[in-house]
Amino acid sequence: MSLTNEFTKGIIRENPLFRLVLGTCPSLAITTSVDNGLGMGVAFTGVLLASNIVISAMRKIIPDSVRIPVYVVIIAAFVTMTDLLMHAFTPALYKALGIFIPLIVVNCIILGRAEAFANRNSIVPSILDALGMGVGFTLALVILSTVREVLGAGTFYGIPVLPENVPAIMMILPPGGFITLGCLLGLLNKLQKKTA
Amino acid sequence: MQEYFIIIISAVLINNIVLSQFLGICPFLGVSKKLSASLGMGAAVTFVLVLAGAITWAVQTYILNPFNIGYLQTVAFILVIAALVQFVEIVMKKYSPGLYKALGIYLPLITTNCAVLGVAILNIQKEFTLGKAVVYSLSNAIGFTLALVLMSGIRERLEDADIPESMQGIPIALVIAALMSMSFLGFTGLI
Repeated sequence: MSLTNEFTKGIIRENPLFRLVLGTCPSLAITTSVDNGLGMGVAFTGVLLASNIVISAMRKIIPDSVRIPVYVVIIAAFVTMTDLLMHAFTPALYKALGIFIPLIVVNCIILGRAEAFANRNSIVPSILDALGMGVGFTLALVILSTVREVLGAGTFYGIPVLPENVPAIMMILPPGGFITLGCLLGLLNKLQKKTA
Repeated sequence: MQEYFIIIISAVLINNIVLSQFLGICPFLGVSKKLSASLGMGAAVTFVLVLAGAITWAVQTYILNPFNIGYLQTVAFILVIAALVQFVEIVMKKYSPGLYKALGIYLPLITTNCAVLGVAILNIQKEFTLGKAVVYSLSNAIGFTLALVLMSGIRERLEDADIPESMQGIPIALVIAALMSMSFLGFTGLI
């Protein structure tokens, strides 16, 4: 498999959120504005990249029987770093994302990539895999939060795009998250069937 | 007493952990196809959540706080939860092999169930006492089970429904979850 392929597969074909339906908790909770979606995507990509590098570098040292706990500790360490960095440098975003920053540690995508990819491949493909998955996830978050922010608050990235009183507040409340993701998944299924 | 009552009502109905806090969506979508499996999952999560809530509270109060190493919270909590899940798995395998088989891969996945870690962290953030932390964990577990059981009831009936091909499976489950979440919003004025 070529190296470019490792990168691009995460963006569309194996998009973690839209195709594999992993990492749904943060995607539904924080996509109330494009700002939050983007911030979460970047934080997530950072953690995934760092943990993929370390795990693939250490894959021959880690005993197979205790690999999952080792992965979890490595991921938790990077999440803690991200948490502290965001607390210091982006306090507004840190407050908006709240509990979902420490919860990156239990994001199934990261553990899934560690187990399915970094565990079996050398560092360079692992970096590309992490970047591809990170970009794919960020893209999915941005799409999701664009729909919700435009319909729910009438703004895009804080800029008003809809006339006043038009927005349906429901879209930025919890039900909006479920329904947007459900409809997007259905739409993607339909599009895929057409091209196939 | 009233304080505890408010915690219970708000965690089970108003701020339902799945439908309004978005924690534990993976098992909510994955295990909610059969009523029996969702009851089993609910029981397993309840057990782990309450134990984890109490233990992580103790870890925070007696280890992390005195030594001023609060930044190790995430690492410490996830290890406690992983060990607990392993323990539940071993016990269940021995005493209830049927349930163990039914829950399949979702049992180890409780470790990465964000509901467990999420509630553990919320317990600390809300600065609960031990009693309140346990009550809060228990009510969130009940809320999780409630959402799971309601969902599986709907999905069992949905099997006979005529759903457009591209909406089958997860997409329609998410739309149902949206409707459930909307009706749970109706509890907002309760307290």
